[in-house]
Amino acid sequence: MNFDDTPQEAAFRAQAREWIAANAPKQYEDDLRKASLGRVQLKGANILEVAKAWQKKKADAGWAVPHWPKDYGGRGATPIERVIWQQEEGVFGKLGALFIIGQGMCGPTMMAFASEDQKRHFLPPLASGENVWCQLFSEPAGGSDVAGLRTRAEKDGDDWIINGQKIWTSGAHYSDYGILITRTDPTVPKHKGLTMFFLDMKSPGVEIKPIKQANGQSEFNEVYFTDVRIPDAQRLGAVGDGWNVSLTTLMNERMSIGANVATGFPELFEFANTLILDDGPAIDNAAVRSKLANWAVRASGLKYTSFRAISALSKGERPGPENSIGKLVAGSMIQDVATYAIDLQGAAGVMSGADDADAGGKFQAMLLRSPATRVEGGTDEILRNIIAERVLGLPGDIRVDKDVPFNKIPTKGRA
Amino acid sequence: MNFDFSDDQKQLRDEARKFLASKCPPKAVRQVLDGKALYDKELWKGLAEMGFIGVAIPEEFGGTGAGHLELCVVAEEMGRALAPVPFSSTVYLAAEALMLAGTEAQKQKWLPKIASGEAIGTLALFEGSGNPTPKSIKLVANNNTLDGTKKPVPDGEIADFAIVAARTASTGRDSDIALFIVDLMDGGVTRKALTSVDPSRNQAEITFKGAKAEPLGAAADGWSILSQVLDRAAVLVAFEQVGGSDRALEMGRDYALDRIAFGRQIGSFQAVKHMLADMYVSATLARSNCYYGAWALSTNASELPEAAASARISATQAFQHCSKNNIQVHGGMGFTWEFDCHMYYRRSNALALSLGSLSYWEDQLIERMRKKNAA
Repeated sequence: MNFDDTPQEAAFRAQAREWIAANAPKQYEDDLRKASLGRVQLKGANILEVAKAWQKKKADAGWAVPHWPKDYGGRGATPIERVIWQQEEGVFGKLGALFIIGQGMCGPTMMAFASEDQKRHFLPPLASGENVWCQLFSEPAGGSDVAGLRTRAEKDGDDWIINGQKIWTSGAHYSDYGILITRTDPTVPKHKGLTMFFLDMKSPGVEIKPIKQANGQSEFNEVYFTDVRIPDAQRLGAVGDGWNVSLTTLMNERMSIGANVATGFPELFEFANTLILDDGPAIDNAAVRSKLANWAVRASGLKYTSFRAISALSKGERPGPENSIGKLVAGSMIQDVATYAIDLQGAAGVMSGADDADAGGKFQAMLLRSPATRVEGGTDEILRNIIAERVLGLPGDIRVDKDVPFNKIPTKGRA
Repeated sequence: MNFDFSDDQKQLRDEARKFLASKCPPKAVRQVLDGKALYDKELWKGLAEMGFIGVAIPEEFGGTGAGHLELCVVAEEMGRALAPVPFSSTVYLAAEALMLAGTEAQKQKWLPKIASGEAIGTLALFEGSGNPTPKSIKLVANNNTLDGTKKPVPDGEIADFAIVAARTASTGRDSDIALFIVDLMDGGVTRKALTSVDPSRNQAEITFKGAKAEPLGAAADGWSILSQVLDRAAVLVAFEQVGGSDRALEMGRDYALDRIAFGRQIGSFQAVKHMLADMYVSATLARSNCYYGAWALSTNASELPEAAASARISATQAFQHCSKNNIQVHGGMGFTWEFDCHMYYRRSNALALSLGSLSYWEDQLIERMRKKNAA
């Protein structure tokens, strides 16, 4: 049991470290380090431009998406080398948030289902950040139950005509392309009538409306499709096989290991070390200590769980199911941590302005953003189902709509 | 990075699991639980023969000299099987104290007997309610004789010797506390059985009246040695807790698959599935914290105090969580004496207190993190 690199891993790490030291945009390092959930600000710069510039620089040196094949813009790195790169990139990796969905989900789906010509054409600019991609899955009627989606695709010659609405599309407003799942046959049970496409987000008939979120920010969008034409050549997988294609996409979402999930604990620990309560420093208060300790072991538990997965990758093995706990633990924890940090501030905790609030208002921003962490990318409840079914082997939920033609499934809970 | 046990260590785990499945089924635990024996003598003998008791004791002192990672692996299996033997008191506490602070002669006297199963040892630390602090120790040492009472002492009725924490002065400093070895077969020692929440493990009150004692380590270092012993034991007990958590989770999962209610497996109801998923989450967090503790223990890393406290807290929470919800999944049957659920519930709550309470370790963890942060 040790934390040492193999000689090959050490060589890769040294190469990555050297390149990052020479090339990373260090002027933003401090701002990126301070960035926390719901609050990322770069002084005097547009984060989109900074992120794109860093991504392009990485691409030119072959570091953009290290684990992709060279022909598609990567360097053919192994899974463990991918993790080492992430570790070395450190806070600068936060600039990659813009590309996570495209490179983490759309790219692998294209790799599995697009033609060779399409892959060579579309993947390198996706790797280099010159093109940003989004994923058009969720709908007003299909969130956790994504197969309940209603956006229609109808064949018209060599094209498909798309009508409908997507929601919760991250970054649609600055995306160049997207992968889109549609219903092509409403007369068969819901999982069987779906088909996947990719499309140019500038296509006529695509309308993007930012969602004003509960925390006042706008990271997500509604995307409306009105008679949007997509050539059949941009279909991914067979007609009616969209559900299986989407599983490839979602599987890749869960394969990203070693990415640090935010728990809020480092911020809370730092805050408790500086805060003075009526009876002395917060860190000396028994009640505060008890709370801190409970979160400390959850944070360290997650950290060492990811180390176990990394060790499996290092040995060339598939990581075990333990990594599935990450978002479930971190999502509700960051919400609880934010609530507690604000409670420690007393009545003043109500203030959220950066100038007035304790800790620059980071916990207020975290509080207001955190409800989304328990929903996005799989709700706490869906994640518990996944653990129960796939890890513990418990029965799947009874699905009353499984064998019903999609157009016969009720659409309203109450009249 | 190789943050995992080696293939040899995993093989040892399989051997220990197989051995315990055959020699320590639930009905063996019940012999002790029901008061028919103070501990399982046959099992204890078998553990010694298999080399499990002396797995971390060097060969020159009669052990196999394998090491502490191997001991972690065995500890997990002992916890999983609820082994009703004085393993933790003898191996994690007494043997560790001797290996840390004993003279060559003391080690030669006791360690080979521990490894061979001839001697049972324990740590006599607590004196009634409270957590491990120098202040809590009132038992007096004077010219190597002890006077005072310790309770609860784990395996106190069956131990052959005890490491005893005693007070040599009252300056209010840690150096007031010294450690002694007492042969419990000698005069001046009386023992009284205590009933406890987990009768599958022995607890006793031991009174020392002019009992002869031999110093263990320098007199002024008693508290420092004791702190190190508690940290080392915390990691090892945490592995027992993780073993117990996993078994309680499996029992709950199996029952949820077998039991039919409302015409379906109860494991198909989300309320039950989610409860079991949360148990898996606790057990996984605890296991990962324990691996870090195992690394720190086996390498004598400076991170050990923090790693030990994290493992201790996480594993205590996990075992309590898994054992109580295992009963919940079982419904009414889980509350019968006949079903094994209560044995895990009892053990989880006994282990949660065995080295000081959860709140004590929470305080320790943050104190240690605070010091590191300030440095």
